[in-house]
Amino acid sequence: MLADTLGRYILQDYPLDARLTAGASDIGYAPEKWIELAELGVIGALFSEDDGGFGGAGFDLAVVFEAIGRGLICEPFLESAVLAGGALAVAGSAAQKARLEDVISGQSVGALAHFEADDGCDVRFVSARAVAKGDGWVLSGLKAVVRHAGAADFLIVSSRTDGQAGDEDGISLFLVASDAAGLEIVDYQTIDGGRAAEVVLRDLTVGADALIGVAGQGAAVLQHVLGRGLLALSAEALGLMDVIKDMTIEFIQTRQQFGVPIGKFQALQHRMAEMLLEIEQARSAVINAAASVDMPGVARERALSAAKFTIGQIGTLVAEESIQLHGGIGMTWEHSLGHFAKRLVMIGHELGDEDYHLSRYIRLGQEAQNV
Amino acid sequence: MDLNYSADELAFQAEVRNWLSENLSPELSYKVKHGQRQTKEDTEGWHATLNSNGWLANHWPVEHGGPGWTAIQRHIFEEECCLAYAPRVVPFGVSMLAPVLIKYGNEAQKTHWLPRILDGSDWWCQGYSEPGAGSDLASLRCKAARDGDHYVVNGQKTWTTLGQYANMIFCLVRTSGEGKPQQGISFLLIDMNTPGIEVRPIHLLEGTHEVNEVFFTDVRVPVENLVGEENKGWTYAKYLLTYERTNIAGIGFSMAALGELKTIAKDQKRAGRSLADDPLFAARLARAEIELENARITNLRVVSAAAAGGAPGAESSMLKIKGTEIRQELDNLKRKAVGAYAAPFVPEAMDAGFNGPDIGPDYAAPIARQYFNNRKISIFGGSNEIQKNIISKMILGL
Repeated sequence: MLADTLGRYILQDYPLDARLTAGASDIGYAPEKWIELAELGVIGALFSEDDGGFGGAGFDLAVVFEAIGRGLICEPFLESAVLAGGALAVAGSAAQKARLEDVISGQSVGALAHFEADDGCDVRFVSARAVAKGDGWVLSGLKAVVRHAGAADFLIVSSRTDGQAGDEDGISLFLVASDAAGLEIVDYQTIDGGRAAEVVLRDLTVGADALIGVAGQGAAVLQHVLGRGLLALSAEALGLMDVIKDMTIEFIQTRQQFGVPIGKFQALQHRMAEMLLEIEQARSAVINAAASVDMPGVARERALSAAKFTIGQIGTLVAEESIQLHGGIGMTWEHSLGHFAKRLVMIGHELGDEDYHLSRYIRLGQEAQNV
Repeated sequence: MDLNYSADELAFQAEVRNWLSENLSPELSYKVKHGQRQTKEDTEGWHATLNSNGWLANHWPVEHGGPGWTAIQRHIFEEECCLAYAPRVVPFGVSMLAPVLIKYGNEAQKTHWLPRILDGSDWWCQGYSEPGAGSDLASLRCKAARDGDHYVVNGQKTWTTLGQYANMIFCLVRTSGEGKPQQGISFLLIDMNTPGIEVRPIHLLEGTHEVNEVFFTDVRVPVENLVGEENKGWTYAKYLLTYERTNIAGIGFSMAALGELKTIAKDQKRAGRSLADDPLFAARLARAEIELENARITNLRVVSAAAAGGAPGAESSMLKIKGTEIRQELDNLKRKAVGAYAAPFVPEAMDAGFNGPDIGPDYAAPIARQYFNNRKISIFGGSNEIQKNIISKMILGL
């Protein structure tokens, strides 16, 4: 239902050129479209009723993000709702959770400043430090390529209150206003449309009320929300792939060379068939991830890594094959294919690439056997 | 077959390396290495530097100004230029048109055009593809009708690389609709400043302007600009394409890219260890390295077999496919190697002298852009699918 509404909205009210302009703007998305989408309930669908939404389960995420992919939407659904909002929902105090109402209405935008340049996307490799001072904390460190941080009103920042990079214990999460003194946000455009930023913590002083959940126990919260992020990205990629596949089928049925549509050539038919097979594999991986994301335990984590691995591998294949089958026209800015392909490839670079998730899948399996 | 260079060849390699270290400016080399935009002047300057030493047209016969190198020497030179991050020689005049003129042009054409290629008087571009004639190049429709001492050209060309800088274009035009499509094509040299020519930019998916559309409306071209015979242009066109394909294989580019990739993999840290020590990445890198080494030797085999100055035949299709697949895989691995830092896109960082803040490691800035841009290399010069058709027909006899 919501997917239909969202699909219709995108088709009628948010054409591709407007989305490209929004992605390339100084904000990195279109604030007025963001509010309209929130009014349609798109953000609310990503939160449970307890948190003020009307969905929030795995399949809600999958459906919404598949539509976001189909529409090449650049608004901060992942960053503000799934990651930052998700962290508040799962671990925030009552006072912190009060923000969720504004998050769901689109009035307040958040981002998760967690990953660092050398962490290899391993959630345990937090190097940023939070040192206790008085009732509060002083944060220092550098967070890398934080999507939509520049336009965010608040950040959820991970920092180490104990232990060292690689330890699961000792990671804490803090809620920080984006205009806080000691917070420097260097933002820039990204190649797939949108913006990201380097977030520098320069002796950023926060009060005791900034801590989210229990000090030192942030890793579990991160794992929870990042897992939902993996599902969201995988579903988004699936939506992109479906559009790209349809575009490519239409192209090879239309493009004439040697007196026939090029889709008549068996060499190309087989490659198109291969693409379809792989996309169906990806769809299954997303369904499996959506069914697993609300479960506890290692089976959840493995299904999510399996999906991100699958999406990474197949996404690159689909992007490259579709450009190749389009030939020169697929290389142009004017044709929409390239914009979908760029986003699809860059999803591979978010929240860990296929190699990382393949390794993680193996490691989790080995650990489970050794228990 | 002896794969080691002879003493003379090693001495030549040292000579080239030494010359490059003295004549290739660090600023220009830095631009190439870091994927920064090169200006028209950069290219013209580098052509002039090479030409001052007689090395620009290194595959031309001696009587036209070539240095008389063997195929192996040319190969060594290409490799050294890539490893030193010399700018690419823009191939349209010196490497594509010139062999056609030397083999099929008349004396007047050789005397007039070849020196102008050497001294940079002309910047040539290529008028082959049309919107309806890509892989099926012979179906081209841009028409040239004879009118007294002129041809009158009407039609459109596309994917014209660096056409925005060119003052001359060599074009395949249709001079006859009789017989098979291949039989009515002629090869014309056209001055881009002739009235009736319009060049429009095409922007590529990563935002760069390299290629163009060129429109011809009643463009009058003197008949002496016809190369060879009327309606025989397809033969010349195919001869030119074997040069283009060999050029695209880019073994030297891949060798340079492999070196960069290894440096990046060592520098990149992943959860407490270097990326080079990640077994999955190490395996990917090793596979690419082995493929490249194999292709390098295939290239040497083809190069040795081709007569000095001659063009390789269907083997150029093999080199084009393997060479482009390897280049693309190395681009792919570089992209993966920089992780999240593939995403930042700062167009100004592509210009020399950029002073903005560093976003991630400096080598990361051009990587995603290069990855997307180089999707073109398996498409142009005859798509890799077309190369497979050529192999099926010419080598396998199917």
